[in-house]
Amino acid sequence: MTTAGIPVPGGFGLYIHWPFCISKCPYCDFNSHVADRVDEADWQRSLLAELDHYGNKTKGRRLDSVFFGGGTPSLMPPAIVAALLDKLTEYWEVPAALEVTLEANPSSIEAQKFNDFRAAGVNRVSVGIQSFDDAALRFLGRAHSSAEASHAITIAEQSFDRVSFDLIYALPGQSRAAWQAELASALSRGTGHLSLYQLTIEKGTPFYSDHRRGAFSLPDEDLAADLYELTGEMTLNAGFQAYEVSNYAKNGQESRHNLVYWRGGDYIGVGPGAHGRLTLAGERLRTEQIPGPAGWLSAVAEKGHATRVCDPVAQADQADEYLMMGMRLADGIDRIQFARIVGRPLDACIDGAKVAALCDAGLLVADQRGLRATSAGMLRLNAIIAAITV
Amino acid sequence: MTELSHIRNFAIIAHIDHGKSTLADRLIQECGGVENRDMKEQMLDTMDIERERGITIKAQTVRLMYKADDGETYQINLMDTPGHVDFTYEVSRSLAACEGSLLIVDSSQGVEAQTLANTYLAIESDHEIIPVLNKIDLPAAEPEKVRQEIEDVIGLDASEAICVSAKTGVGIKEVLEALVHKLPPPTGDRTAPLTALLVDSWYDPYLGVIVLVRVRDGVLKKGMKIRMMGTGATHLVDVAGVFTPKRQDVAELGPGEVGFFTASIKAVADAQVGDTITEERNLAAEPLPGFKPSVPVVFCGLFPIDAADFEDLRDSMAKLRLNDGSFHYEPENSAALGFGFRCGFLGLLHLEIVQERLSREFDLDLITTAPSVVYRIHMNDGKMLEMHNPADMPDVVRIDYIEEPWIEATILVPDDHLGAILKLCEERRGIQQNLTYAGGRAMLVYKLPLNEVVFDFYDRLKSVSRGYASFDYTVTGYEEGELVKLAILVNAEPVDALSMIVHRSQAEHRGRAICGRLKDLIPRQLFKIPIQSAIGGKIIARETISAMRKDVTAKCYGGDISRKRKLLDKQKEGKKRMRQFGAVEIPQSAFIEALKIGDD
Repeated sequence: MTTAGIPVPGGFGLYIHWPFCISKCPYCDFNSHVADRVDEADWQRSLLAELDHYGNKTKGRRLDSVFFGGGTPSLMPPAIVAALLDKLTEYWEVPAALEVTLEANPSSIEAQKFNDFRAAGVNRVSVGIQSFDDAALRFLGRAHSSAEASHAITIAEQSFDRVSFDLIYALPGQSRAAWQAELASALSRGTGHLSLYQLTIEKGTPFYSDHRRGAFSLPDEDLAADLYELTGEMTLNAGFQAYEVSNYAKNGQESRHNLVYWRGGDYIGVGPGAHGRLTLAGERLRTEQIPGPAGWLSAVAEKGHATRVCDPVAQADQADEYLMMGMRLADGIDRIQFARIVGRPLDACIDGAKVAALCDAGLLVADQRGLRATSAGMLRLNAIIAAITV
Repeated sequence: MTELSHIRNFAIIAHIDHGKSTLADRLIQECGGVENRDMKEQMLDTMDIERERGITIKAQTVRLMYKADDGETYQINLMDTPGHVDFTYEVSRSLAACEGSLLIVDSSQGVEAQTLANTYLAIESDHEIIPVLNKIDLPAAEPEKVRQEIEDVIGLDASEAICVSAKTGVGIKEVLEALVHKLPPPTGDRTAPLTALLVDSWYDPYLGVIVLVRVRDGVLKKGMKIRMMGTGATHLVDVAGVFTPKRQDVAELGPGEVGFFTASIKAVADAQVGDTITEERNLAAEPLPGFKPSVPVVFCGLFPIDAADFEDLRDSMAKLRLNDGSFHYEPENSAALGFGFRCGFLGLLHLEIVQERLSREFDLDLITTAPSVVYRIHMNDGKMLEMHNPADMPDVVRIDYIEEPWIEATILVPDDHLGAILKLCEERRGIQQNLTYAGGRAMLVYKLPLNEVVFDFYDRLKSVSRGYASFDYTVTGYEEGELVKLAILVNAEPVDALSMIVHRSQAEHRGRAICGRLKDLIPRQLFKIPIQSAIGGKIIARETISAMRKDVTAKCYGGDISRKRKLLDKQKEGKKRMRQFGAVEIPQSAFIEALKIGDD
C-alpha cells in the first residue's frame, strides 16, 4: 500500500444519492423523484453539509471508493460533483487509485457531459442501458433508444478508464435465443464490467400492479434458471468472471465500491434516503437519511444533516447481514474476515448440519478458507441463506 | 308427592328436523309451564350447537302438570333424549326411565333410519308407543302415506296415529290425552331401599354437576348420603328438584318421578349415565340393569394450528371434560404437527361437536387427524392389545392377527339413489344383509367395517344420495381383517400424522391419493423430495417433488440490506412453523391441508 490512513476491514466507501430522474421507470423502486426545478446551489450546499457531518466522524480513514447513485446522478451539474470530490482530502486519506463511479443514463444530452464529469474526478461510469432492443426499452419505460444507448457506450469509453453497463433480462416473452443474441452483442462491446439483472417485480412499482392484474407474465422458474445459466456460460467464454450474483467483470474490473457492501465494509450514505453502515468506537451503526427531497433539504438546513436512523446493529443481525451479502460473491465469505467484522466465528452463526447437507448436494463449498456458493447454489441463494442462518 | 297412578313418563323419538323441539315447546305451553312471554324457540336445547344443528346432546326433562278431560291432574314427565347414533347408549338410558314414547314422524318426509333404530330401542324397553304425524299443515304433507310407512317399515300399528301441527297447535291436546290414557303409570315401592337411574348429568358453573334421575323405588331427598353403585362414589345431596322447565326445588323425589339433584360433584365423569343411585345407609341389593361405562369408539389427534395454543387447548379440554364424561384425551406428540392430544369419542358426530365447541367456546384453531377405530391386535405370544393410534402399531412380525369392529348399518334411501348407495357400500367392503322396499324407498341393511365408515362415509353417503339417505348403525362385534398400516414417507421419513390402518385392498388407492395430494401441497425446496406410501418396508406409491431451480435476489446493494434482512427475519420466523424431515423442512400447513381435504 502506498497510501497511509487507517484501512477498514471490508473497505470504506462513500455513497452520494442524487434523487432526481427525467421520468420514473415502472420497474424501479429506488428513491427517485421527478422535479421541474432543482435549486442547484441549495443541493450543493446541503450535500456538502452531510459530507461534512459524516466526514468528521470518520476522519483519517483510508477511502476506497466513491459512488454517485440515484435517481439519475448523470443529471447532476458536474460542478456539484467536482465540489464534493474536492472535499474528500479534508477528511480522509485518498489513494491515487480511488474509484469514483457515477451512474449515467445513456441519453445523448447526458453523454455530452461525460468529459466534464471526468474533469471533476469521476473515473468510472455505470451506464443504465437496460436493453439494446427498442421494444424492450419501451416496455421498461426508458426514455432512450437503442441507438442512443450504443452511442453513449462509445462516448463513455472515450471519456473514462473504466466503463460498465446494465442490462435487464428475463423479460416477459423473452426467448432464450433473443437473450442469447442480445447478450452476444453486449459482450462484443468489449467493456470490462457488466451488471446483468433478471427483471424483478418490486412492490409499490407500476409493474407490481400490472403484473398482479395479469397485464404480463414473467418467464417461469425453469426458463429463468436456463437464462441465468446461459448468461454464466456466455460471460465466462467472453473472459468475464461472475464475481457476484448479477455482476460480471474482466480481471481487475470489479466494482470496488460494491465490493465494500458485499464484504461487510463501512460506507457513508449521503443524500436523501441514503443508507450507511459505520463502525464507530467499536460499534456498528446503521444510518439512514430522510428520503423525501424537500424534507431532506430542510433537515440539513436546520441541523447540518438529515439522519433519521442511526442505530446499532445487533450482533446476530450483523452475522445475517454479512451472510446475506457475502454469499452473493463467488469468493463467498472468508472466515477470518467474518470473525473480524461480526465478532463471532462463522461456524457459530450458521447451521452446520444444513451447511453439510447443502455441500453434499453440490450447492455450497465449506473449507478452511470459508464458505461459498457453487454456481448451482448461487441460483438458489435466498433459500440457502434462509436454510443456513440460525 | 304425586300418586303413581297420576304419573306418566314419556320420551320423544324423532329424526332431526321432524319437529321434536317445537312439539315439546307446544306441550309445555299447553300445560302452562312457561308464560308466553318467556317462551323462546326450542326451550330444551340449551347449547348453541344444539340449537343450530337441531340436535340434542344432553337429555333434558320437563315436569308438566296437566288437567285432563277426566278432571284429574296428572304429572307428566317429558324426557327429551339425545338424538344421534353416537349416543345410542345415552338414548337407551333415557328410554329406560320412561314407560312410553311419542314417535314423531314428519308427514312430508317419512320414516328415517335413525327414527327406526330408536323406535326399536323403545320397543326393547317395553314402551307403549304413540305415533304422531307432525307438520300436517305443510302442503307437501302426506299423512296417509306416512301412516302406511310406519306400519310397513317399523311394523307398528299406526291406525290411531295423531295428526299434529306443532307449528299451528293442531292436535296438541290430543297428544296429551293419549299420554294420559295410553301410557301405563310407573310402578315402584316407596318403602324399599332407594334405586334411581342416572339418566344424564351436566356441569353448571354455580351448582357443580346436575344429575338427572328417575326414581324406581324409595325416595331421594336433600341431606341424604347417596352412593353411585357403579363407581362406588358417595355424595351428600345438596338440592333435589325438577324442571318445569324452570328449575324448582322439591322436598323429595318419590317412586316413578323424574327430577334432578346436586351433590357437590365436580365433573360429569363422576356421574356416569346408566349408573344406579342408592342410599348409603340403606343400600339396595342390586343395581338397576343396563349400566355400561362410556367407551370411546372413534379416536383422532387434535392439534393446535398455532403451537402457542397448546396450553390453552389443554385447559379447554379439561373444562370440556367437566361436562362430557365420554370425551377422553391424552397428550400426543407428532413430528408433523407438534404437541397435541389423542382424543376418544363416542362417534363421528361426537367428535365434530367437541371440535366445534373447542373452536367456538374456547376460540382455538385446531387440526384433526384422520379418525381411527379401536383395533384388537392379537400378538404371537397370545396377548391382545387394543390400538387406536396407528403410531402404536407393533412390529408386524410379532402380530398373529388383527381384528376390527364391524357394524350393522341401516340405510333408508329413495329408489333412484339406491344404485349409488349399493356401490358405496360395496366399495367400503360392505356385505348386504337385507334389502326391502316401502313406499318408493328402499331399506338397506349392510354389515360394514367401522373403519370404512369413520373415513368420510357420511359425506359420501350424503353426496351420492343428494342428502336423501338416512343412516344408523350399531356396533355388532369384532372380526379378523387383513389390515395393514399405511405409512406416508416424506424424504424417506414417516409422517406420523398421516399414517393410517387400512384394509389391504384399499391400501394402494389411498396411498396414491395422499402422495398426489402432498405433491401439490409441498412447495419446491433446495432438494428433491420423494413422497412415498409404504406398507411395512414395501413402497406402494411414489411421487417426487423436484428441487427448486431458482430463488435469488437480482440486486442487493448498500441501500437494500435493511429491507432484505427484514425479509430474512420473516423467513426465519416462518421456519418455526416448519417440520423437519431429514434435510428438508416442510411447512406444517401442507400437512394441515392434506388432512383437510377429503378423499376424492
